Amino acid sequence: MRRLVTDTLVISERNLGRLRTAPDLLIAFTVQPVMFVLLFAFVFGGAIQTPGYDYIDFLIPGIIVQNIAFGGFVTALGLNEDVSKGLIDRFRTLPMARAAVLAGRTLADVATNLLSLLILLATALIIGFSFDAGVGEILAGIGLLMLFGYAFSWVFALLGLMVSSPESANSLGFLAVFPLTFISSAFVPVESMPGGLAWFAEINPFTIVVDAMRALWLDAPAGDAVWGAVVWSLVILAVFAPLAVRRYRLAAAR
Amino acid sequence: MTTTLVPSDPQEAAVPDNPDEPAISVRGLVKSFGDVRALDGVDLEVARGAVLALLGPNGAGKTTAVRVLTTLLEPDVGTVRVAGLDVVRDAGALRERIGLAGQYAAVDENLTGLENLVMVGRLYGMRRAAARERGLELLADFELMDAARRPAKTYSGGMRRRLDLAAALVARPPVLFLDEPTTGLDPRSRLALWGTIETLAGEGTTVLLTTQYLDEADRLADTIAVIDRGKVIARGTSDELKDRLGGERLEVRLAEAAAAPVAARALAPMSDEWPTTAGATVGLTVRGRDGTIVEAVRRLDEAGVGVLDLGLRRPTLDDVFLSLTGHVAEAADDEEGTA
Ligand SMILES: Nc1ncnc2c1ncn2[C@@H]1O[C@H](COP(=O)(O)OP(=O)(O)OP(=O)(O)O)[C@@H](O)[C@H]1O
Ligand SMILES: [Mg+2]
Repeated sequence: MRRLVTDTLVISERNLGRLRTAPDLLIAFTVQPVMFVLLFAFVFGGAIQTPGYDYIDFLIPGIIVQNIAFGGFVTALGLNEDVSKGLIDRFRTLPMARAAVLAGRTLADVATNLLSLLILLATALIIGFSFDAGVGEILAGIGLLMLFGYAFSWVFALLGLMVSSPESANSLGFLAVFPLTFISSAFVPVESMPGGLAWFAEINPFTIVVDAMRALWLDAPAGDAVWGAVVWSLVILAVFAPLAVRRYRLAAAR
Repeated sequence: MTTTLVPSDPQEAAVPDNPDEPAISVRGLVKSFGDVRALDGVDLEVARGAVLALLGPNGAGKTTAVRVLTTLLEPDVGTVRVAGLDVVRDAGALRERIGLAGQYAAVDENLTGLENLVMVGRLYGMRRAAARERGLELLADFELMDAARRPAKTYSGGMRRRLDLAAALVARPPVLFLDEPTTGLDPRSRLALWGTIETLAGEGTTVLLTTQYLDEADRLADTIAVIDRGKVIARGTSDELKDRLGGERLEVRLAEAAAAPVAARALAPMSDEWPTTAGATVGLTVRGRDGTIVEAVRRLDEAGVGVLDLGLRRPTLDDVFLSLTGHVAEAADDEEGTA
């Protein structure tokens, strides 16, 4: 157990170290989300009706959740590269904890997610977003985002281990995340969608997480959204972490 | 490279259960990938502190064998023990005692050379300071000190291989596996690496290396196992393998190729088999050595054949390989070189 902790820390240090030597990666964590916020706020801002809220207030929780979901991409690409470059073989001949390679990756994602979240929030505040919440709720929201992002990193870990190249990890990742985030309450009110889409959006975990964020940060009616979001995160974690670990063993034994 | 690679006794770390047990013992190992029988009943034994070369052409099963021995693949059939431990049952404990430098360098290109070694050291359970010290020591040994703080993606192919090998040595493993360690190295680096391997072996490390280069096996290995299509087709010391080809080869270069049949007829009584002719060269395996040259000169003179040059040579491992597998090892090298 102690081994698992130290090995996990060594691996996440390694993955964060990469940001230092490949600073262009930092752009993905910083400039890209800022660009998204600005595009949505100013291009769609005037056109989308969000009763009860300014569009900027409505938008920010949604775009932050989407951004967090994309945070796991680094894990998918990085793991895929580790398999193809033979690094996984090296790790597997070392007396390290088996789960540490994946746990270290996903832990590193938490750090990068936090970084890009803070940058996004700063941007949002500058262009007019305002909380309707106390410090406790703001922090609870950040905690929920971190949990959800961590759970989603395991989805990407599985993806990265299953596909044959970083390119296909990239396109499959977008293929999964874009519909999930767009057919949700992230960018438009669910009520404005046609029947089938609205039905999907209602049950989409992204909707639940976004609604939970609006409840925490905007004092929107919460319903069960906050607990629902926590449960969804734990379920995603409970399903995808073991799948990814199993897949890791298989991928490494090819 | 200096002799500081393994300052402590590598056997110490292993805590051998039974000092008489060989460092590597493989019995009846079979490993298939779908229809391909990559290993088809392999038996191997390597004594502690010995160097075994697994010699074979492309696709022979060398890498598969190394992967089974280093716990990366599980055998389908057979028992495989390394450092007194079973590669399946005791895989976890075994990983503390082995080092692997695979066929393709496995280094993290985004980390510097030093960071790579520190990471590996820490994953072996070393403290950061100790891992750093060991990393610097190895970088110095492998002449990578100047590049220690550069990302490994800026390294040349040979530097990467050296870094990879250094990573395999971080924990001073008592049993070391090297899969084609000198492929892609320039002659100077190759010689340096041979020196390193000899030093390690001299200090008691057991080494199993694979190679397609006969001179490499000849120089480094106590024992050579020739492997082809998943089977060990010959084993022994380099001398034993050469002896299997019988006596020495006599080679005669004639003044005129047209005289080759006459020369062959004249020399035939000296050998058990009919001499081979290729252009103006006639070759034959002779019985014994004493007086051979004198007798050959006399016979050729009597037959009236003009000779430019003649000499005896011991069969090389190339000859051994050719006669065992029916194909030349170098052909496989070329394929590898252009890949
Ligand atoms: N993962 C795999 N899936 C399918 N076939 C495989 C796999 N690994 C190896 N093989 C097959 O097993 C045989 C032995 O391969 P191996 O890599 O052990 O050869 P090798 O002696 O290392 O060759 P080389 O000199 O080219 O490295 C080959 O026919 C190869 O195609
Ligand atoms: Mg090979």
